[in-house]
Amino acid sequence: MKLPMSWLSDYMDAEGITPKEYADRLTMTGSKVEGVENLGSEIDKVVAGRVLTCEDHPDSDHLHVCTVDAGTGEELQIVCGAPNVKAGITVPVALHGSTLPGGVKIKKGKLRGVVSNGMICSHDELGISEGLLGYEPEYGILILPDDIKPGTDIKDVFGLNENIVEFEITSNRPDCFSIIGLARESALTFGREFSVPKPEFTEAQDNIADHLSVEVLDKDKCLRYCARMVKNVKIGPSPAWMRERLHACGVRSINNIVDITNYVLLEYGQPMHAFDLRDLEDNKIIVRRAADGEVIKTLDEQDRKLTNDDLVIADGKRAVAIAGVMGGFNSEVKDDTTTVIFESATFDAASVRLTAQRVGLRTEASSRYEKGLDYNNTVPAVERACQLVEQLCCGEVCSGMLDVVGNVKERITIPFRPDKINKFLGTDIDESEMLRYFKALGIEVDNMTLIPPTFRPDLEGEADIAEEVARFHGYDKIPTTLLSGEATCGGKTPEQKLADKIGELLCAQGMNEIYTMTFISPSNFDKIGLSADSPLRNTVKIKNPLGEDTSVMRTSTIPSMLDILSRNYNYRNASARLFEQGKIFLPKEGEKLPDEPVVVTLGMYGADEDFFTLKGVVEELLEQLHINNASFTAVKDNPTYHPGRAAKVTANGTELGIIGQIHPSVSKKYGIDVPCYAAELSFDALKAAIDYDIKYSPLPKFPAVTRDIAMLVDRETPVAEIEAVIRKSAGKLLEDIKLFDVYEGEQIPEGKKSVAYSAVFRAADRSLTGDEVQEVFDKVLKNLASELDAQLR
Amino acid sequence: MKQKLEEIRAAVQGALAEAKDMDALEQIRIKYLGKKGELTAVLKGMGKLSKEERPVIGALANEIRSKLENAIDTKKAQLESALEELRLAAEVVDVTMPGKKKELGGLHPLTQVMNTIKDTFIGMGFEIAEGPEVELDYYNFEALNIPKNHPARDTQDTFYIDDDVVLRTQTSPMQIRVMEQTKPPIRVIAPGRVYRSDSVDATHSPVFHQIEGLVVDKGVTMADLKGTLETFIHELYGNDTKVRFRPHHFPFTEPSAEVDVSCFVCGGEGCSVCKGEGWIESLGCGMVHPKVLENCGIDPEVYSGFAFGLGLERIAMRKYDINDLRLFTENDLRFLKQF
Repeated sequence: MKLPMSWLSDYMDAEGITPKEYADRLTMTGSKVEGVENLGSEIDKVVAGRVLTCEDHPDSDHLHVCTVDAGTGEELQIVCGAPNVKAGITVPVALHGSTLPGGVKIKKGKLRGVVSNGMICSHDELGISEGLLGYEPEYGILILPDDIKPGTDIKDVFGLNENIVEFEITSNRPDCFSIIGLARESALTFGREFSVPKPEFTEAQDNIADHLSVEVLDKDKCLRYCARMVKNVKIGPSPAWMRERLHACGVRSINNIVDITNYVLLEYGQPMHAFDLRDLEDNKIIVRRAADGEVIKTLDEQDRKLTNDDLVIADGKRAVAIAGVMGGFNSEVKDDTTTVIFESATFDAASVRLTAQRVGLRTEASSRYEKGLDYNNTVPAVERACQLVEQLCCGEVCSGMLDVVGNVKERITIPFRPDKINKFLGTDIDESEMLRYFKALGIEVDNMTLIPPTFRPDLEGEADIAEEVARFHGYDKIPTTLLSGEATCGGKTPEQKLADKIGELLCAQGMNEIYTMTFISPSNFDKIGLSADSPLRNTVKIKNPLGEDTSVMRTSTIPSMLDILSRNYNYRNASARLFEQGKIFLPKEGEKLPDEPVVVTLGMYGADEDFFTLKGVVEELLEQLHINNASFTAVKDNPTYHPGRAAKVTANGTELGIIGQIHPSVSKKYGIDVPCYAAELSFDALKAAIDYDIKYSPLPKFPAVTRDIAMLVDRETPVAEIEAVIRKSAGKLLEDIKLFDVYEGEQIPEGKKSVAYSAVFRAADRSLTGDEVQEVFDKVLKNLASELDAQLR
Repeated sequence: MKQKLEEIRAAVQGALAEAKDMDALEQIRIKYLGKKGELTAVLKGMGKLSKEERPVIGALANEIRSKLENAIDTKKAQLESALEELRLAAEVVDVTMPGKKKELGGLHPLTQVMNTIKDTFIGMGFEIAEGPEVELDYYNFEALNIPKNHPARDTQDTFYIDDDVVLRTQTSPMQIRVMEQTKPPIRVIAPGRVYRSDSVDATHSPVFHQIEGLVVDKGVTMADLKGTLETFIHELYGNDTKVRFRPHHFPFTEPSAEVDVSCFVCGGEGCSVCKGEGWIESLGCGMVHPKVLENCGIDPEVYSGFAFGLGLERIAMRKYDINDLRLFTENDLRFLKQF
């Protein structure tokens, strides 16, 4: 909402308030100022001048050499190339050292050898629109009315000295989408007088009721309909002052009648419409619902198809306007219009909003109506329009007004409890101060009951009243206190603490945390090789996505991880270790909302990375989290992973997730040409697998005996099986075993591999003897031989 | 004999002064103090002395022996220390050569900033709540006093799953979920992802993070709201930061406010960053609307509360001088490694 500061003065005493002070204080009472603009700020030292003489340039076929009286006390010689320059006209003159819009500087100079002391300007060069001029200027320089004195600043001629304040108005304050509404706020902010005089005008004998009838068929959707008639209308341009104000508010001047409706819209915040009476068939206005499929051509010459939920203004035969949205093309004011009907009405906010949405039209009018307008504003607004008609001498106002009131809401009342307000705000504001604000805001006080004005639909309860008090008392004057009351201990939940810990442990292993988008393209499911019937293809789908690329909520974090690995690979980062703790979204049968489990996802590539560096990170993570007995079993049939380099991770029978090399054909689809590795671990499963019961085991008092075991086994025998046999056979005396060598190749028979362990034996209560160890060792060897066909080396 | 002893003493002292290494030192010891050494020989001749002379010479001989032994030990220590010095000198390293590092990873900058914020509120007795990102329209809008067809829905471009389910546009639905599940006193923050149908550019993203705060108790005032948020902002941006509460409108709080902080670049003078205003919009807040309390079965005549919401990305961008929101989700290691 734009407010020219001069307009404010029509309703309040704004004397001596600087634009800066105005902007600062209005912002602090809740009308946020976005900025203050001065229309003429780019124009400097441009004045009106009279052309005294005009001769042809001696050395040019189109330039003229003029002498100009620009009120400077001397005759200025100026060279001008415009075809319409001639002696005796008044024109805008940019003097030596002047500035024009766009930062153009004008200086004294020579044109084809003739001195020119400035420039005669066109309307374009001054940035003055046709609308502001009120007529179409001829080609060439701008010719000003003769009564303008030479030397007059051009900014005064066109009202360009105006300071225009731009407000951000919140949706709860439709009343502030008007000059009067803002003046009311401004006056109270500055403690100045505010008043809106009742519009006055004389009425011709002719009564509207003899020419028109108004019938409202849907009184829920139309809350009030007022109509006034103006006859002997003379359509023409509106006066400069009106054009300047409209221009300042960003509204294009059309003609006097349309300008009046727009002027009242800005001033009173009440949308108005002007019909040509000739076009109203049967001299009737009927406010009714549209028939399903009824078509109306709106002012913008577009055909709009309506439904039975849309409200229209109709004459005896057809719709002439979509109520609250836009007028019809068939009944608009034309150059030869002689009798005008002013409509000033209020409609149900939600109904206008839905209609505007349905027909895809958001207009000045609809954007105001959908916030809820005051049915008591229609009469003053239409009267103001009549007053302006009289003032502009563009017609005769007929007597009488047609006024139909619909089903308006009953006025609400709010109890006034000053103590409660103070207790709520934490303040100590005097009751009399509160009453002063209420009066200025138009809130009626009846004993200890408040009745908000109808233009403030946002005032519904005591909290709203408290806000009014706080706004004008000043938010900055409310003290700052710390919370009292019952102490709460605060803190993180066990899940949040675990997430923190997982993050720390992964960082300690060189993994960097990433944040990825949670919606993905469904094409990813093919890219990661999911089968056509994979349950992961059952997704939460977005009805109105930005694009196919972001149209489903992810059911796997792998596509996101591969995207990021790929991006880093393409940025030529030589290696990457990444992790994410992010949600996936799994639809749940019979439930509105999906499950949103968190997946701990690891991803890596680089010269030093292989399956075992990834496995090492996962093992370290599990150990540090006190997840014991983790085991890894080969997975050959997960299409996302390499069939020979993937494993399911389980602990105590619970599946934690999967780790492995991404299938080369999958990583290739993501543009990664090197092996890359990933792990997906369920956060919930990790949490469930943690052994929280940590107990100290006494440190050993007796020495250990270390023996190495080297053997040949079948190439396919997993070392986990060898370890299982050793552990089972050695029993309690075995403290630890470590794999230290696996070798295939020269000197090893085909189909075999050499595996070497170092085993540590220890008893808690004595030093082991050589015989004791040998006995256990022999048993181990025997079992390895019998169970795995191992040959000792 | 006494003279002989003195001669030995002098000879040893002379030899010690000449000794250059451990071998020479050992030779001296053997020559004079060894089993077949000169001093030992002297002592062996003690039997020939008179009864009176024997204790005198004996004492002298022992004294000289002990002194010589000490002298040899001292010399030995000197030689050893000289050797150690030589050895250490040979072990010199170039301390400017790079260290042998185990490369660590790091938390995403958003997590780091989030952790700072969480810690601040935990210190004030707040708990941390989490909730669903795919949310019922009821929680995201209706229970927050934003019925269907409310103009406020326009300002939040919503992703819909179906008529009743949306991707949450704000963390505010957590206010409702918390109040439905917990009885006052409530002090909670709820950080999380939110979604708006904005196209991606340097300052917009369809996915970003908010942190919602909620306090409900008997006698909570707007002054408490101001105090709590001022404390938080001072923790986050430093005590010199000026804070301004300005009236605003949110459907689920009344009174509502926007909180501005003094511009980090100009400190309030006005510059291009703050568009000349000297202030930067930083969060929205207000007293919980009585209708919202009622929607959660909390009696607004007994309880009151406040709520606030802030954008995580904006805080992180300001803290680290990041000018492009997209960097957070691109996850380029060259970016991630800087925090």
